[in-house]
Amino acid sequence: MINYNRFVLDNGLRVLVHEDTSTPMAVVNIMYDVGARDENPAKTGFAHLFEHLMFGGSVNIPDYDEPLQRAGGENNAYTTNDLTNYYCQLPAQNLETAFWLESDRMLSLAFGKKSLDVQRKVVCEEFKEHYINKPYGDVGHKLRHLSYTTHPYRWMTIGDELSHIENATLDDVKQFFFKHYRPVNAILSVAGNVKTEEVKKLAEKWFGDIPMGEKYVRQLPQEPVQTAGRRLEVDANVPLDALYRTWHMEGRLDRGYYVADLITEVLGGGASSRLYQSLVKEQKLFSNLECHHFGTIDPGLLAIEGKLVKGVKLEDASKAVDEQLQQICESLVAESELQKVKNKTESIITFEDMSVMSRANSLAFYELLGDASLMNKELSRYQDITAEELQQYSRTIFDEKNGNTLFYHSNNN
Amino acid sequence: MINRKKSPAIHDAVEFDLKLKACDHFTLDNGVHVYAVDAGAQEVMQLEWVFYAGNCFEDQNIVAATTNFLLKNGTSTKSAFEINEHFEFYGAYLNRHCYNETATVTLHCLTKHLPVLLPEVAALFTSAEIPEEELAIYKQNQKQRLEVNLKKCDFVANRLIDEYLFGLEHPYGKYSSTKDYDALERDQLKAFYKRFYTEGKCIMFVAGKLPANLQEQLNNAFGQLPFRQSGLPVITYPGTPATEKKYNIINDNDGVQGAIRMAIPFPNRHHPDFIKVQVLNNIFGGFFGSRLMSNIREDKGYTYGIHSYLQNHIHQSAWMISTEAGRDVCAATIEEVYKEMLRLTNEPVEKDELDLVRNYMMGSILGDLDGPFQIIGRWKNYVLNNLTDAYFYNSLETIRSITAEELQELAKKYLVPETFYELVVV
Repeated sequence: MINYNRFVLDNGLRVLVHEDTSTPMAVVNIMYDVGARDENPAKTGFAHLFEHLMFGGSVNIPDYDEPLQRAGGENNAYTTNDLTNYYCQLPAQNLETAFWLESDRMLSLAFGKKSLDVQRKVVCEEFKEHYINKPYGDVGHKLRHLSYTTHPYRWMTIGDELSHIENATLDDVKQFFFKHYRPVNAILSVAGNVKTEEVKKLAEKWFGDIPMGEKYVRQLPQEPVQTAGRRLEVDANVPLDALYRTWHMEGRLDRGYYVADLITEVLGGGASSRLYQSLVKEQKLFSNLECHHFGTIDPGLLAIEGKLVKGVKLEDASKAVDEQLQQICESLVAESELQKVKNKTESIITFEDMSVMSRANSLAFYELLGDASLMNKELSRYQDITAEELQQYSRTIFDEKNGNTLFYHSNNN
Repeated sequence: MINRKKSPAIHDAVEFDLKLKACDHFTLDNGVHVYAVDAGAQEVMQLEWVFYAGNCFEDQNIVAATTNFLLKNGTSTKSAFEINEHFEFYGAYLNRHCYNETATVTLHCLTKHLPVLLPEVAALFTSAEIPEEELAIYKQNQKQRLEVNLKKCDFVANRLIDEYLFGLEHPYGKYSSTKDYDALERDQLKAFYKRFYTEGKCIMFVAGKLPANLQEQLNNAFGQLPFRQSGLPVITYPGTPATEKKYNIINDNDGVQGAIRMAIPFPNRHHPDFIKVQVLNNIFGGFFGSRLMSNIREDKGYTYGIHSYLQNHIHQSAWMISTEAGRDVCAATIEEVYKEMLRLTNEPVEKDELDLVRNYMMGSILGDLDGPFQIIGRWKNYVLNNLTDAYFYNSLETIRSITAEELQELAKKYLVPETFYELVVV
């Protein structure tokens, strides 16, 4: 059970406070309700580029990192297709430094040309490091485009292509900022050795006078129900053939999300999971194999991916995956297997809650979903899922018409 | 109106009275040392068994790592699947890692499940079978993984720079090849297992919300096992560094980035300069606000990130600079690294920058000690390196008191461009 207090400033900024006196540290976390899904399809990668620019100085403070480090703090940020999160941790005595820094960059960025020029280059290097210069680095792009025709999840957070980042202008950047990075679209969560009263005072003092901004109402094109399976074959300069398959599943707040989460655990969670045991260990078709889902807020994807043992044909490997899926659709998961994946889930949640950093982040995330108290209800939502439900939802997801297959051929064979 | 241009007053982190939470220590009936930190709000635990079974003890390449990996792939009574299922059923994670001197088995679990898990861990140390079939699967999959990794410039660069620094015969300099995997035989793995696990030297580190009868539980499961606290072979560390200093390697003709590594050998933690150099390293390339980051990422945009650090070895270390930069700016990046070395050599660090680094380092130590797993991690580091908590308080004192002159002297002594190995792998 995670305790917290919640209040809202006049400008719409939602604030959550989690008091934990056992640590000398404080965490200040600001989550903005903007991700890569909110980008213009012709200007992708902006939310992430922004994450970089947010460290390039704000209207009154030329450098974000320096004063924070002086106060003994550390920080970082991440962007997903759904949201952007900035967090810092510092000795609790210096809490106000974080409020000063975070509020100033919410007030307005410095929008320096130099900062934009440099961060464009840095992000391009990041793009190259992870998505171009690595074997299989382009798979994420290809898989999203194959699986989505309409929803903006069809591009990756890093951006669809380097040119979108390379061509970003200061005007683009300013527009994006004032549309999304306003108090009314943000959630501040503070955790650690702090008092709610103190946080209230500091929040009023530093964030209270920032103009509210316009509430961003998300109207994204929704992905139509897929009516026929899709398939893509690629030849690439990689050492091994690889198989990637995806299926559409429900969004973060739907019950199906929780069921799908358990399905991925049954199929691919750990070395005793079905796919690993059958396809890696017994049949020796794959040298590694994973089953996961994308964890997105809007309806998402469940994926199975693996590299093939040399000499195995992609067709055969894919068929063996189908047999496993057929099994989970045809026979009920045994009680003990269901219990196993629920126990695992309990354990994951407990370990996640160990650090104040992660608690602050989770509180903000559930508030973004609509209600911070969901954080304390997560486990029970898993616990009452039945074997029948798991079977039924497997049948819905693993319908051939709902699936996408990418054969990634090695041209080194 | 508040004045946003003015920073709120800060408490200097250097003035914090940092304490390293004490660590309980006891021995099991067979002499195994256990170090324990009881703390934390969540009902979770981390238990780590450290064996002196690292790759420095092997006669043939990757025997130690393979033995460590296959520990949980079958015992006399359970198959690999059954072992995994047992731990996973209780939501526990059982991991193992092989390092240069040590090899570990780590268990993360909910405290309430400890009693059903400990006996299963004990079985891994006495009756692992290392079945032929498991070994065959392992060889095949590792060879494939290696093949993929060898396409990555950073992976290749990490191997080569260690080879240049230490030599292929040195435990820190050697690396695996397909041939090494092919040469593995079950008998030598079993022999290694018996000598360095079943009858090996084991030390335990435990942290989290500990049960009241922890000592009894551990003694019941591990106190009667035939571990020994002595009789380890003496390890030689043949120093055969490369004579050539500069390397340019094309690993992938189409590569858009180069992995840059620059390094010099450096003594281990017992050398009087070691702690002081940690401060200098932070200024140079040790954190986000470091000179290398400010110049090469934040000013020039040559790279997504650049870092310098002292390698985490027991016997001897190396001072390393590591980055991946655009192919066309690799040479320019290296030039800037040398410029930053020379700046540290030629000009004393200004007070303002030094104060910032002091505060950053203290804050970061404070943050690092947040939580039982982090605290035991620090103790483990001290125990395995033959240090005490005096090292901790020494470090704090050094961070607080080191002067710009001392730092400049250290820069003159160590940051000498001609002495650095320099490698670019595209």
